[in-house]
Amino acid sequence: MKLHEYQAKSLFADAGIPVPDSRLATSVDEALDAVDEIGYPAAVKAQVHVGGRGKAGGIKIATDREEAEQYAEEILGMDLKGYTVDQVLVEAGVDFVDELYVGVTMDRGEGKPVLMVSTEGGVNIEEVAEENPDAIAREHVDPAFGLHPYQARKVVYEAGVDADVALDVASILSTLYDLYEENDASEIEVNPVMITGDRDVVAADAVMNIDEDALFRQPDLAEMAEASYEDDLERKAGEYGFDYVRLSGNVGIIGNGAGLVMTTLDLVDYYGGAPANFLDIGGGAKAERVTQALDMVFSDDNVDAVVFNIFGGITRGDEVAKGINEALEGFDEIPKKVVVRLAGTNAEEGMEILNTDLVEVEKTLEDAVQRAVKNADEVTQ
Amino acid sequence: MSIFVDDDTRVVVQGITGGEGKFHAGQMIEYGTNVVAGAVPGKGGQEVDGVPVYDTVDEAVEAEDADASVIFVPPAFAGDAIFESLDTDLDLAVAITEGIPTQDMAKVNKRLGETDTRLIGPNCPGIITPGEAKLGILPGNIFSEGNVGLVSRSGTLTYQVVDNLTERGLGQSTAIGIGGDPIIGTSFVDALEAFEADPDTDAVVMCGEIGGEDEEQAAKFIGEHMDTPVAGFIAGRTAPPGKRMGHAGAIVSGSGTGTAQSKIDALNDAGVPVGDTPEEVADHVEDFL
Repeated sequence: MKLHEYQAKSLFADAGIPVPDSRLATSVDEALDAVDEIGYPAAVKAQVHVGGRGKAGGIKIATDREEAEQYAEEILGMDLKGYTVDQVLVEAGVDFVDELYVGVTMDRGEGKPVLMVSTEGGVNIEEVAEENPDAIAREHVDPAFGLHPYQARKVVYEAGVDADVALDVASILSTLYDLYEENDASEIEVNPVMITGDRDVVAADAVMNIDEDALFRQPDLAEMAEASYEDDLERKAGEYGFDYVRLSGNVGIIGNGAGLVMTTLDLVDYYGGAPANFLDIGGGAKAERVTQALDMVFSDDNVDAVVFNIFGGITRGDEVAKGINEALEGFDEIPKKVVVRLAGTNAEEGMEILNTDLVEVEKTLEDAVQRAVKNADEVTQ
Repeated sequence: MSIFVDDDTRVVVQGITGGEGKFHAGQMIEYGTNVVAGAVPGKGGQEVDGVPVYDTVDEAVEAEDADASVIFVPPAFAGDAIFESLDTDLDLAVAITEGIPTQDMAKVNKRLGETDTRLIGPNCPGIITPGEAKLGILPGNIFSEGNVGLVSRSGTLTYQVVDNLTERGLGQSTAIGIGGDPIIGTSFVDALEAFEADPDTDAVVMCGEIGGEDEEQAAKFIGEHMDTPVAGFIAGRTAPPGKRMGHAGAIVSGSGTGTAQSKIDALNDAGVPVGDTPEEVADHVEDFL
């Protein structure tokens, strides 16, 4: 789960990390009130869950009231990579001479949190990591002990941060690690940390993501969770509680278990089709879930044909078959051809129950996918 | 023979009084697994399907000589349950639970390095040695006894590939689902190493998926240390970068490693044929034997 910049910065400020003076605004008037208090230059920053806001025109620096009004008008309501901006952070501009990158994340290979510091801040850190990995200093933290303060100092010195600000940066990093632990974050990045002409150190941006599996013990953060769906279908999937990803093809895919659903997508592609979505109905799905899943793919205009592939472990074939029948019997005309393949627990019972007037049935995954691809081709021809 | 579990394995089920725990303990017993105890705090003295329940894993080990656990405990308490298994020095702990906070698993991972207990999972279907023992939620009826070892990150994909093998009379020595989370106990390399050492495993199937670098490391291990032939499968070739495909681990970051292609290339370089379909994986295994 992603936090907005203003939410992360409020956690930073509460923990004692220096951040620029700022106000959240949801209208041009509020933005103008904010700049009147903060002064100039002031940054107007879109608060949406997308990366690269600056390049996309979502961050502008105003040097006077006229500009502030113009930028607030431009940014509020704008479409940023599919998200509508309904709030901006108005923030005091920082007169910086240097920019650093600092971050804390989980190194899954090591199974340990890792601190990262680079003097090449202010740019796309993924590019730095790719082109010049030595420019990022790293230090792993033992999750049982937590961070020893010396580790924060060590990684900051190793990165080559100027000696006169190194201890201040180490102190920020130390606090970021505490926030990482206390809030069950999966990632915290500050890019850039700005060094001012007066040699003050300021967290000028903030990216903070929270481990969704830990929200049960982070009630305050859970309240900040807001749906950030890219389209109506993803919103619907969120309401149904499905793992769903929309793709650009025309073969709708429903299955159980992430690995097998991914495999079904790959097979659609392998047999010359194009997958329209990833939809995992999960383990132990009952008839109602099946109906909801079919509703999902039927309401996707891109879908021309559907393959429904279940390999039952805890999911029972007869339950799935019942759900498919119930979902389809409601239609005067089936909107899209559905190929069903059931295997595993109670698959034979399921096959017997299935109403073959409504669906096509195949015995193997390969055959089911090829038939669905053919069905989709027939629609597009 | 087999790896990690057989008909001597004595199992304690943590969370046996819960819905999932009770159902699958029954299924494991039906399959012939020695389920000797349950462990649930506050439920000591009860019985579930004739299996005695103890308050702690320690008591279950004392009283019933359990040497392996299967964990069906809700995510909020699962990290603690795994610690209990590790600190009781069981030989094996199999964690089925999905959705354990990553920072809890980082602490578990640290402890794992200090004990001799093997952890399988979490967020996995478990492990089965056909005809002998099943620890987890795998549907027993699709497996058959044989000499093909199988290791996979995914549950249902395991079932699919096993089905393709069994259909052709290619039985399995042991099949392991290692789990789809970013931090897991037993890795591909651990399982491959054990299969290589098992005289009764004559071929191995490895099913990976996008995300992380475990498959790349496994490819390296196969190239350097294995004589037993391995056939591979990689799910997620069509996954768009940056999207999470169900498994928390299955996310392609967008940089070079972790993509399906980088994994397929690494396996091919190690001499491992990678099937385009599960059926093709079975073709490769048939060629080996």
